[in-house]
Amino acid sequence: MYGFEALTFNIHGGYLEAIVRGHRAGLLTTADYNNLCQCENLDDIKMHLSATKYGSYLQNEPSPLHTTTIVEKCTLKLVDDYKHMLCQATEPMSTFLEYIRYGHMIDNVVLIVTGTLHERDVQELLEKCHPLGMFDSIATLAVAQNMRELYRLVLVDTPLAPYFSECLTSEDLDDMNIEIMRNTLYKAYLEDFYKFCQKLGGATSEIMSDLLAFEADRRAVNITINSIGTELTREDRKKLYSNFGLLYPYGHEELAICEDIDQVRGVMEKYPPYQAIFSKMSYGESQMLDKAFYEEEVRRLCLAFEQQFHYAVFFAYMRLREQEIRNLMWISECVAQNQKSRIHDSVVYMF
Amino acid sequence: MSGAAAIHASSWAAALVRISPYTFSAIGIAISIGVSVLGAAWGIYITGSSLIGAAIEAPRITSKNLISVIFCEAVAIYGVIVAIILQTKLESVPSSKMYDPESLRAGYAIFASGIIVGFANLVCGLCVGIIGSSCALSDAQNSTLFVKILVIEIFGSALGLFGVIVGIIMSAQATWPTK
Repeated sequence: MYGFEALTFNIHGGYLEAIVRGHRAGLLTTADYNNLCQCENLDDIKMHLSATKYGSYLQNEPSPLHTTTIVEKCTLKLVDDYKHMLCQATEPMSTFLEYIRYGHMIDNVVLIVTGTLHERDVQELLEKCHPLGMFDSIATLAVAQNMRELYRLVLVDTPLAPYFSECLTSEDLDDMNIEIMRNTLYKAYLEDFYKFCQKLGGATSEIMSDLLAFEADRRAVNITINSIGTELTREDRKKLYSNFGLLYPYGHEELAICEDIDQVRGVMEKYPPYQAIFSKMSYGESQMLDKAFYEEEVRRLCLAFEQQFHYAVFFAYMRLREQEIRNLMWISECVAQNQKSRIHDSVVYMF
Repeated sequence: MSGAAAIHASSWAAALVRISPYTFSAIGIAISIGVSVLGAAWGIYITGSSLIGAAIEAPRITSKNLISVIFCEAVAIYGVIVAIILQTKLESVPSSKMYDPESLRAGYAIFASGIIVGFANLVCGLCVGIIGSSCALSDAQNSTLFVKILVIEIFGSALGLFGVIVGIIMSAQATWPTK
């Protein structure tokens, strides 16, 4: 019952909610980012990070560091936090936490299939997969020739199986089809997650609906922009948009017929939350769009912590950590390549 | 004329006044302690689970935030005190006077007193527990917030005190008929 969750939430969720809020206190602040941006090389970065929660993960790394090592170890911290929370959780929180992984599973599946298409070694691809999205038999994906085989050999035993019903064709896997497959899977996953949160009710469903709707709308805009000028037909493009969100259904109809970025801007400016995002960019500029979307996402995720006694804090924490890892990767790359003037192009500050 | 009082139009009323006033008194005393302890326990687990989790990353909050648990515990103590006071109000009356209006009044007064205290302490315990949970989490993030949220908790625990005061006043005039 909305409003009375405070009475019973702490029975199963009180301890974990307190833990996740403790983790949130360990996220890097603007002051930390400023320190990192002043670094001259990767060893400086390692030294600054040793004062944060990442310290124990980076301290044993030998001196010539690579940026990929930094990112890998920071991701390991995220995975450890997640696994600790997952093993302590009961239903329905454990199902909620599992849903957070499915997005990474989809990314890993697409990574391996694309890599196999381009004749890469399976072991090399497995190392690049995100650890949260690993499942048994993921290596068998390299054997499949088309989507039906993909499903029958590997994915039918994974939690992604129900998302495949729209994807089962016998076409061979090529770059275009793989992108379509990725977006179709992700669409099914977002709708499933959305329905699950609606069933949970209360503050969880209210906050998660807002966060997932933003995610769906952002993906719709990205799909539109990325498919301008490709052979993707309007009907196919419309099929990739999710069935919820602020843009559903009228915004989707208008987005499906867009042919360039200014038309997309015209469609989005009809919706006040997105008009604020697009107004930050001048005409014809699309590189800042990603950063503007990330900033808006971070703002909404931080707001999720304002309420107590709901599950959306877990989702928000995972997403904020991922954003932080992206920030660290960008900063490390800029420092390693001596391009510190470009650091502020892509770092999203949280608090 | 005490027998004439038993003739009423509806049979429910007749049945009600034939229930012994001691039944009502005993139930009142049971509710005063039982439901108060329910409220206190509920509040303590709400606070305690958040406190334990938050103390992992911020161990400094443990000693100060035990105050929230103590406020919840006070609610249970109110219930015990009022139950003890109420049971001292019970006196035997001879069976000829057991259904006298005065006797019934004394029984109802103790029953009402028990309900007042029990339910006031139930909601007070819940209130203090939920605020205590938020207090622990906020203190872990920013230690200047602790005292401010404690003030809210103090106002919350005053609710239990109101219940105790009214309960004691009610039970003070629970006088059984003299022999």
